[in-house]
Amino acid sequence: MKNAVIGNNRQKANLIVLGAVPRLLYLLQQSSSSLELRTECAVVLGSLSMGTENNIKSLVDCHIIPALLQGLLCSDLIFIEACLRCLRTIFISPVTPVQLLYTDPTVIPHLMSLLSRSQHTQEYITQIFAHCCKTPEHQTVLFNHGAIQNIAPLLISPSYKVRMQALKCFSVLAYENAQVSMTLVNVLVDGEQLSQVFVRMMQRDKPIEMQLTAAKCLTYMCRAGAIRTDDNCIVLKTLPCLVRMCSKERLLEERVEGAETLAYLMEPDIELQRIASVTDHLVSMLADYFKYPSSVSAITDIKRLDHDLKHAHELRQAAFKLYASLGSNDEDIRKKITETENMMDRIVSGLSESSIKVRLAAVRCLHSLSRSVQQLRTSFHDHAVWKPLMKLLQNAPDEVLVMASSTLCNLLLEFSPSKEPILESGVIELLCSLTQSDSPALRVNGIWALMNMAFQADQKVKVEIVQALGTEQLFRLLSDPDTNVLMKTLGLLRNLLSTRPHIDQIMSSHGKQIMQAVTLILEGEHSIEVKEQTLCILANIADGNTAKELIMTNDDMLQKIKYYMGHSNVKLQLAATFCISNLIWNEEDGSQERQDKLREMGFVDILHKLTQASDPNLCDRAKTAMQQYLA
Amino acid sequence: KWGRHWMCPVKTTLLQPSKAAKMAELGAGSLLTGDPAFNYQEHELNERLKRLYPAVNEEETPLPRSWSPKDKYSYIGLSQNNLRVHYKGHGKNHKDAASVRATHPIPAACGIYYFEVKIVSKGRDGYMGIGLSAQGDNMNRLPGWDKHSYGYHGDDGHSFCSSGTGQPYGPTFTTGDVIGCCVNLINNTCFYTKNGHSLGNKLSALSFCPCLSFQPNLYPTVGLQTPGEIVDANFGQQPFVFDIEDYMSEWRAKIHSMIARFPIGERLGDWQAVLQNMVSSYLVHHGYCATAMTFARATETMIQEDQTSIKNRQRIQKLVLAGRVGEAIDATQQLYPGLLEHDPNLLFMLKCRQFVEMVNGTDSEVRCFSARSPKSQDSYPGSPNLSPRHGATNAHLHNTGADSPTCSNGVTPTNKNKSHNKYTGVSSASASSSPSSSPSSVNYSESNSTDSTKSQPHSATSNQETSDSEMEIEAEHYSNGVTESSTRIMNGTYKHQEILQADDNSVDDSCSSRQLCGGNQAATERMIQFGRELQALSEQLCRQYGKNATHKKMLQDAFSLLAYSDPWNCPVGQQLDPMQREAICSALNSAILESQNLPKQPPLMLALGQATECVQLMAKVRSGSCSFARVDNFLH
Repeated sequence: MKNAVIGNNRQKANLIVLGAVPRLLYLLQQSSSSLELRTECAVVLGSLSMGTENNIKSLVDCHIIPALLQGLLCSDLIFIEACLRCLRTIFISPVTPVQLLYTDPTVIPHLMSLLSRSQHTQEYITQIFAHCCKTPEHQTVLFNHGAIQNIAPLLISPSYKVRMQALKCFSVLAYENAQVSMTLVNVLVDGEQLSQVFVRMMQRDKPIEMQLTAAKCLTYMCRAGAIRTDDNCIVLKTLPCLVRMCSKERLLEERVEGAETLAYLMEPDIELQRIASVTDHLVSMLADYFKYPSSVSAITDIKRLDHDLKHAHELRQAAFKLYASLGSNDEDIRKKITETENMMDRIVSGLSESSIKVRLAAVRCLHSLSRSVQQLRTSFHDHAVWKPLMKLLQNAPDEVLVMASSTLCNLLLEFSPSKEPILESGVIELLCSLTQSDSPALRVNGIWALMNMAFQADQKVKVEIVQALGTEQLFRLLSDPDTNVLMKTLGLLRNLLSTRPHIDQIMSSHGKQIMQAVTLILEGEHSIEVKEQTLCILANIADGNTAKELIMTNDDMLQKIKYYMGHSNVKLQLAATFCISNLIWNEEDGSQERQDKLREMGFVDILHKLTQASDPNLCDRAKTAMQQYLA
Repeated sequence: KWGRHWMCPVKTTLLQPSKAAKMAELGAGSLLTGDPAFNYQEHELNERLKRLYPAVNEEETPLPRSWSPKDKYSYIGLSQNNLRVHYKGHGKNHKDAASVRATHPIPAACGIYYFEVKIVSKGRDGYMGIGLSAQGDNMNRLPGWDKHSYGYHGDDGHSFCSSGTGQPYGPTFTTGDVIGCCVNLINNTCFYTKNGHSLGNKLSALSFCPCLSFQPNLYPTVGLQTPGEIVDANFGQQPFVFDIEDYMSEWRAKIHSMIARFPIGERLGDWQAVLQNMVSSYLVHHGYCATAMTFARATETMIQEDQTSIKNRQRIQKLVLAGRVGEAIDATQQLYPGLLEHDPNLLFMLKCRQFVEMVNGTDSEVRCFSARSPKSQDSYPGSPNLSPRHGATNAHLHNTGADSPTCSNGVTPTNKNKSHNKYTGVSSASASSSPSSSPSSVNYSESNSTDSTKSQPHSATSNQETSDSEMEIEAEHYSNGVTESSTRIMNGTYKHQEILQADDNSVDDSCSSRQLCGGNQAATERMIQFGRELQALSEQLCRQYGKNATHKKMLQDAFSLLAYSDPWNCPVGQQLDPMQREAICSALNSAILESQNLPKQPPLMLALGQATECVQLMAKVRSGSCSFARVDNFLH
């Protein structure tokens, strides 16, 4: 059987169909079978597992995994190695559920103990770990069973395969895991710090696979906070290594992985972004990522074309991600990116690509660039990026929506020339629907965009917003559990309630509800920022002609203002004083009556006290208010 | 290697004291108190340059170490050992630009060359250019503006390639930045670095790479244009900010893999035959008869020469290496009649050597006078296992008397390391003695190696016997096949230098006990008589073939030995070293082979010599990859 199936997938399938697997497993599990027989069974099963994905499915369905794991308890090394080899092949297949490794809690510790047996056990076991560590839970299980201490010495194994698989283990263990990463920095291998071992593995004469994986390890350790971003091993070693991985000389897969890792590494750090942007002409190097399939390959080589096509999407999305990361903070870099050949066109077409991954990456890139005032005013408008963006917003998956709506927020800023056409395209409905989303991020973005839209907007737009959103939804948002949503909603209210005619008009139609909402927030448990924002809204209301009365007739509200004028926080004092100042302003109708009423309520004494305040702003504001009485 | 080794003790014993004396003098004079630090930097510079550019022969092509005070525009001022450059012109416009070149151009044998410049001050406008230029380029310009010049400019970050208009290349640079320039002579490109980060050399619409068309020699160059601009160069005085060694390692790996993956294709079988032939002919050449036979059997190949002939040659070689030159001459005349008659040069050389060996007390013509003395015991040349060159030093020690004709193992004298040879022949790494050989025998041979006349305890003989049979030899042994060329292949140098010390001591210790011709009066008389015959032969050759400077020198050197009371410790005493037998032994062996219509050099040595020559030629025609394809990288 062994000789018949080697290298012959059809024979493998035939044997499986004929029911060889259960029989082989039976023989393998029989302790009465001779060791040679059991070993041969494991070898044949290993050979079968090397076949197609369907073969592996059949094997897994026959419960081969528990049987082989059971076999590992045998003491014979040859037999163990045969079982491990087969297990390895099964576990690295995408069709095998990795959870099967963790079902029996005794398996992981036993595998750890087998690591010392031979180079083969080391290679197979580390390879299994590297493929089966997919979640934080998996990381924790492996970590708790001493994965780091057991695998670290393998990094200096004489066998390249063992070194490589051990390295891969560390990259999956450290990914977004602070506990593992913090432990890793303190590990010594043969007296040398682990980070230095990784740095050595990134030397340029080492195999590319090794350089890349070592760079990933250091990247993950850095992102998890275990290594500073200004550490030489990051700045002078990891970053240049990853930039090299993006070069044309590397394989397409390596270029994708290199770009994605680099994007991840420098995402939060402007200094790294700046260095990367000048290293080896990275920005223009990335432009090559869009040139697949190349026209040359189409003619000369079908195989090559197929290969290019397969990776074209991956390459594009990786490039977009890296551009997004590069341009997330520095204005000069954004400029450099938008000036790269056909960059804006590529983003625009990326937004409507069939691959969701590319769309997401393209919109991320657009979002990053949209943080630039200059780009918003120029290239964004020139290329009408809002059009594909609006299209993208129609029934896209949430993760795309978050990015797209966030970009839209920036496009709706008052200086953006795209604001007008977007308004005309009926975006308000869409944004209002976003505020009803289950995802807090989408709700924030929706209300944020509305807030930006309402800033210094026409009466018409404001009315449209209020109508489309509906007061009910507005008040629902004011009680949103997410503070961000609450803040942006208050911001929207504030923007709506600006300039006197707008204030009066909106307050005349929604005054009651707004006053209720304000009361609720001022009475509730909220942060200083929220309360400040609310008091500012109140101050805006106090600026209206007719709206004033809503406050003046509400003694409870006046008491609240009084309370906040005596608050320990200067910001709140200032906002409350501002509100009073608006109420007693001389030149307006009925100011005398309001002044009298407020004097009766003791506001003058408070104002008087505030003129002695140590904060100069507050002091000034109080003095201005006092002058209204003196005039 | 031999030559180098000889040089080392001379250096340490002669140069060191004089240098130390000089230092002391200077210290007293208080003129150069900062000198030790400078010397240290100088030393570090030399070490770094040697490590970075091992293929560069600085005697032919010196590396840049500082800016040239001669090759600069008048607006340039130099200080700090010609490493700091400052601008001292008006700096009104580009006509006031000024450059300075390094003292030497970049040798092609560097493969990859790198230097850095630190911007100490950007001065008024920071119009600084860093790059390369050819000799003769106008110095009243910034690098990059003229033909054969390349520069990266600080004010705009542009790269200039033999043109007045630059291309957008990298970021601008200013005070505090360290700018590097890397020249890759393998693919003829250059790129710059800023603060340790490569700025790249990929061609694209946005950026521009200077592709160097290397006609002339290029010099590291900086140019300044406005007052106050100061830059410091680092040609290796300090560690570089950019990891250039890492970059080099990538190219080394690239070139090595290119060599390793050189396609053989269909010719795999041919290659194997060639390789087998090379090994076999090498073994035969040196007379490793039994090994050659075994190899031929295993690989099913034929040996051209018949066994008797190999054994004959082997016997003669052994005689020469044992210092029994007279017997060797007799044997040659008997086995190969007419050979020496037709080659009077060789005969003369042999006779000269014979005279030297007489002084040494090893030649049979003088040995016979003192055959009974215990001193001659050591020099009794019965060792069966002499390798043609390895064994020479203390062949006399391995006097097992078992005159076995089979050559199973070469003998590896422990102290052959101190050997020296004026000829540029090459040799192998020291063959290691097998661990089982008794330490006592090793010590023994070390301390007495060069003293053939020193009396030895008889018990030593048995020790030697064991060590003989158990010592191993590495079959890596290069004869002077490449003698005629200037090739010199070093191998295992470091190890030897370490051992050298001990050898030196042992020589000193044993010096006093050596005596002319073994101290025998009759022998001395015989030697004098032989000397006269030699003189006569020289005169006869002179009449017959005209004057021969080499012969004259040889004779003079040989006779000079008699002018000293202790010939072993005199300016010409080097001749007495048994290692000197190897050259003549090899020459005789080659002559015999040639007379039999066999190649006088083994093909392996030819191939090695040719490869070495080839790599050197690559450096001359400015092919940079030679620096990473050195022959000794592949000799293990």
